[in-house]
Amino acid sequence: MSRPTAGPGLANLEVLDATLRDLARSDPAIRVLTADSRVSGRLGPFALEFPDRVVELGIAEQNLVGVAAGLASCGMKPFVVSPACFLTARALEQIKVDVGYSGNSVRLIGISAGISYGALGASHHSIADFAALRATPGIPVVAPADNCEAEAAIRLAAAVDGPLYVRLGKRALRCVHGSASEPVAVDRATRLRTGADLGIIATGETVGIALGAATALALDGVETTVVSMPMVRPLDTATLFDVARRVRGLVVTEEHSVHGGLGEACAAALMTEGIPVRFRALGIPDEPIVNGPQLDVLAHYGIGTDPLAALARELLDRNPPRSSTL
Amino acid sequence: MTTGDDDVRADVGLAVRAARYRLDVLDLIRSAGGGHTAGSLSCVDVLTVLYERVLRISPETLRHPERDRYVQSKGHAVEALYVVLAGAGLLDRALLGTYLRFGTKLVGHATSSVPGIEQSTGALGHGLSIGVGMAIAGRQNGFGYRVFVLLGDGELAEGSVWEAAMSAAHHGLGNLVAIVDRNRHQIAGPTAEIMNSEPLAQKFAAFGWTVHEIDGHDLVQIERTLSSAPAVPGRPTVVLADTVKGSGISYMEHDIRWHHRVPDDEEYAIARRDVENRIAELRGRA
Repeated sequence: MSRPTAGPGLANLEVLDATLRDLARSDPAIRVLTADSRVSGRLGPFALEFPDRVVELGIAEQNLVGVAAGLASCGMKPFVVSPACFLTARALEQIKVDVGYSGNSVRLIGISAGISYGALGASHHSIADFAALRATPGIPVVAPADNCEAEAAIRLAAAVDGPLYVRLGKRALRCVHGSASEPVAVDRATRLRTGADLGIIATGETVGIALGAATALALDGVETTVVSMPMVRPLDTATLFDVARRVRGLVVTEEHSVHGGLGEACAAALMTEGIPVRFRALGIPDEPIVNGPQLDVLAHYGIGTDPLAALARELLDRNPPRSSTL
Repeated sequence: MTTGDDDVRADVGLAVRAARYRLDVLDLIRSAGGGHTAGSLSCVDVLTVLYERVLRISPETLRHPERDRYVQSKGHAVEALYVVLAGAGLLDRALLGTYLRFGTKLVGHATSSVPGIEQSTGALGHGLSIGVGMAIAGRQNGFGYRVFVLLGDGELAEGSVWEAAMSAAHHGLGNLVAIVDRNRHQIAGPTAEIMNSEPLAQKFAAFGWTVHEIDGHDLVQIERTLSSAPAVPGRPTVVLADTVKGSGISYMEHDIRWHHRVPDDEEYAIARRDVENRIAELRGRA
């Protein structure tokens, strides 16, 4: 897939369709399972090219995941595609028992994840999926930041012998990885820019927002390291620790509840390692969520170019460079 | 597969083993001081017939892609499964001594870490969906295997069972056979009082399944029914096996307290006599 550096790219769930079609041409075991979600999953082209490889289960997510487990146990490579809010909440027990506990290689693709559905209401948000799946044995969790990471995540899911949860949004995304020729990996973190003042560890669709904040901060002379951390579990602690040791303040951003997600995971890892750093975790706070378009809601909770830059300045003001404190 | 009047002697052997498995179940439960006693006894005849007469599985073909599949959705009745697997040579009998011990593979619900057990269950309402997936895979791979799923009748209160039932008929899975261990009791009382699932025959028929109602302790009926499914190609089959919770042990039958109870020495001695009498009766008939 080409790597656009300017202008909006595709929504990550469109990358899902293109990547799955490409994989399916050489891998006869690939199946796509949907819960009346082929339209919302934009899987029309896949269904057209491989009509016999789509298994429709109707609006029944528990059965969807159980059937996928049965298919996987018989050597198929099932990709379960369903809105993240339903897939990871309603079918959580099937994910725990039929996928994780039984060790079936089910590829769980949560679409329109986080607060992608915007003003449709809290029923359609998935802001507890990181927490739920991080605590479910055997399920790695990946939240791609752009089309390149989305493609890499789907290819990784097809390649690994084991389950995987991939969380995809529905907004068209700019590429955050630039035009570097190095292949994009999602099983480790990537430093997208480096600077010694501030570190921002971001995952999923908040990575692009973090890059915007870093650009704004650079105009003030604040140099920022921005890390894309697509794999929320297991955590790339080596990159986390290295960045934390090099900066004066660290912010973690995620389109997820402040409970149980990347922010808490990073905080716990840093505390355990004994790395002191001024730290903020930004996510959806523990309160009834405000309604509105995705980006407006995120900005309301501090995950936007301006509020993130403002928070960074405040964090660094309270923690001046070490040379001046001696 | 021969059944019925033309092979009475073989049926006696099978019935004797099914009787002995009841004692094996009690031995297992007594050794660990816990287990699902009566619910294991209600399905032990079905399991005996499945593993000794119906399923195309052997110790050599446990991982063969074309083997028949058995999923025990009522995973709590795992003691019956363990002893029948051991009896069929599919599970190392020495492992039975580790049941419920620290670090054991043999936990109190079916788990796929035990060789011979296809899938982990225990949370109710999961097995039929897994069976649907296995049946779809079998058809798409061009394999002739069948998939058998054992459910409890109390379990049928789980909505996911009916999601699976709907999808099995929708996908025309003639290679899927569900067996309901209809012992009409669950942990807190009679199923009819806790959550009435009847009329099951009409419900499954309305969902598009072929329905058989049999005596779940009549080995010949069990074998004939399971061996001949599907009666209608392209339709999933459900066998409503009428069973008795605590079957074969006089004082346990129909007594709800035996869902979980462990027999003491005196009770065990009575159970042993019940089983010995049953075996003598079977041999006398032969």
